[in-house]
Amino acid sequence: MSPVLSGILQLVALMGALTLAYRPLGDYMARVYGSDKHLRSEKLIYRLIGADPSAEMRWPAYLRGVLAFSAVSLLFLYLLQRLQGVLPESLSLGFTAISPDQAFNTAASFVANTNWQSYSGEQAMGHAVQTLGLAVQNFVSAAVGMAVAIALVRGFARSRTGDLGNFWADLVRGTVRILIPLSVVGALILVACGAIQNFAGIHEIGRLTGGTQQVNGGAVASQEVIKELGTNGGGYFNANSAHPFENPDAFTNLFEAFLILVIPFSLTRTFGRLVGNVKQGYAILATMGLIWLGFTALMMWTEYAHHGAALQAAGGAMEGKEQRFGVGASAIFATTTTLTSTGAVDSFHSSFTGLGGGITLLGMMLGEIAPGGVGSGLYGMLVMAIIAVFIAGLMVGRTPEYLGKKIGTREIKLAACYILITPTLVLGFTALSMALSSPPESILNTAGNSVHDSGAHGFSEVLYAFTSGANNNGSAFAGLNANTPWYNTTIGLAMLLGRFLPMVFVLALAGSLAEQKPVPETAGTLRTEKPLFAGLLVGAILIITGLTYFPALALGPMAEGLS
Amino acid sequence: MNISVRSTARLLGAGLRALLVLTVVCGVIYPLVVTGIAQAAFHDKANGSEITAEGRSVGSERLGQTYDLETKDQDGNPLPDPKFFQPRPSAAGPNTENTRHKLLVSGASNLAADSKVLLDNVERRRTDVAAFNGVSPSSVPVDALTASASGVDPDISPAYARLQAKRVAKANGLAAAKVEKLVEDHVDGRVLGFMGEERVNVLGLNVALKKLAAKG
Repeated sequence: MSPVLSGILQLVALMGALTLAYRPLGDYMARVYGSDKHLRSEKLIYRLIGADPSAEMRWPAYLRGVLAFSAVSLLFLYLLQRLQGVLPESLSLGFTAISPDQAFNTAASFVANTNWQSYSGEQAMGHAVQTLGLAVQNFVSAAVGMAVAIALVRGFARSRTGDLGNFWADLVRGTVRILIPLSVVGALILVACGAIQNFAGIHEIGRLTGGTQQVNGGAVASQEVIKELGTNGGGYFNANSAHPFENPDAFTNLFEAFLILVIPFSLTRTFGRLVGNVKQGYAILATMGLIWLGFTALMMWTEYAHHGAALQAAGGAMEGKEQRFGVGASAIFATTTTLTSTGAVDSFHSSFTGLGGGITLLGMMLGEIAPGGVGSGLYGMLVMAIIAVFIAGLMVGRTPEYLGKKIGTREIKLAACYILITPTLVLGFTALSMALSSPPESILNTAGNSVHDSGAHGFSEVLYAFTSGANNNGSAFAGLNANTPWYNTTIGLAMLLGRFLPMVFVLALAGSLAEQKPVPETAGTLRTEKPLFAGLLVGAILIITGLTYFPALALGPMAEGLS
Repeated sequence: MNISVRSTARLLGAGLRALLVLTVVCGVIYPLVVTGIAQAAFHDKANGSEITAEGRSVGSERLGQTYDLETKDQDGNPLPDPKFFQPRPSAAGPNTENTRHKLLVSGASNLAADSKVLLDNVERRRTDVAAFNGVSPSSVPVDALTASASGVDPDISPAYARLQAKRVAKANGLAAAKVEKLVEDHVDGRVLGFMGEERVNVLGLNVALKKLAAKG
């Protein structure tokens, strides 16, 4: 079997598995968020929190819940890292406290569902930080994203009310009923294939030629599975999902890609169910799926073609890739992780072909909506859908509507603010980093010492870092040494602002939609469940992203690809 | 003012209690349950798939290791041991933080596809591997010329294993045909016939090779 055929078959198998999971998982999630019954274990949790899970919240109250929970999480994770040095050896593995700027960066990163890592896990973070801190945020930051998406969906589904549900109930249900059960099953599948799951800490094992070697032990599989399922991406090891203890073979590799995609895609079914028309969900699904498939096909093509002087000399794009995965599986994983705000990597994007690196960048620049992060992908795509019906409305001169709600001045303003946030953060911070004298010293692939000598790839590294941060992806063109006070601080800010400012606008939008009374469908209503609309939506996404980032892409990956 | 301060404090209190409860659920109960089941059902795998040979631990099946001589070249780099099959090049390095441990920090070179450094590395590796194994430079496969993603890639391609067979046989005083057969026995196909790439686990192969050499 040729490697190309094997790559295509893996892609087909992945799509088949996602199709099988789509209905049952999507319907199950709709029942979870739509039900007014509480499990007994959940009631206990609500009692401990001191919250009434049945109390409806208007959008400002919902937002305050999101922000309060995230602020406390940020502080807790920061302190946990700062106090690592005084924790008992069994919890810290003897690792010292994390420096203030890096601890801020890491706390922001995990609370914002980004999992950008300026540290390398196996030599810096002990059991307590990994398991009590980072792994917990992998669950709850994902549950927060899903909660906000569900609140927006309720905004479409409900009328003449401002009520969006209860944040605490959505947070707890997403964690307890969706993420944890799937994680337990997924973690055991990973262990059965060879991922590790122990608390052995750093210990010695033998070597064939004599002597010993030190290896890490830890709760790796349990963290690996939620890292993918919650579209988080922060690896236990520095090599992330390329490390054999995290991702032992080609089956787990495809399984992990499945875990990354399954909730974001299936949430479109949940959306369709909750707004009472599953076809509306299919249109969103088709849009997401089309972009994901197109990007993946392009990535496989360029990686198999292996352009670039060094890759041509080697005879293949295997630098920074594992033998057990090969080029095809690595290409699938790369587009999957960058189109979903995950950022886990099974191969290193910095060593991809120039075009391949550009595809990973562009994937993030789309705003993580194809299919995007858990929750954030759905609300990001629904905001784009609002922009698309607005454009269509302008073309025919009608007040735009979507799902029976008028898209008026207020809605368009909120949607426009939403789509402007991340480009502002990405381009602003990149420009600042290139303009200042010292930050560019961090660039690895430099020909000389000054930024002017670092060439297109050096610029791409910086652009990639801020794109990854502001879009809450977390993968890295790891050539950049980002563990400096400048990058730790600015990327930390980009991650927090890129996560929580959009949520403000999404929840305000949800509140505004929920207050409206529904407009009846007429012959002139744009049919948003039809293929024509999906096509319009794909076009709107590509044009908006293209116009925003084309100049920056021309300076980096395109210059590299053409040289 | 007082009311808003009080309500903010109450909200943050609820957030803190929610975080603590969820930390117990997701950060204590969940990993302990998974570890418990994993240790009971998949004990060896959960603990790192260690291989024992000649009555002692020789490493993990999942992790690549080096097979070098004591002697070093003029740059201070260890020379590969001709008696063993060699793994892929690695960009992993020693730990730089918390240095009382002696860890190998996993990772890749991150060098760009058009990087001059990577181009030089590839050309140097091609010459070195060809000379070391006594084959023509054009026959060296790509996995022998490029550093892996993890730096501890446990596998090499069947092509790279076959290329090394003659040299390994000679260094161990074995018949080439015997070692070539050993390589073929250790080729793992794609998972389920189509996932990933064909590969040879280097530690598994070298353990079997040592056994063969001991028998003579």
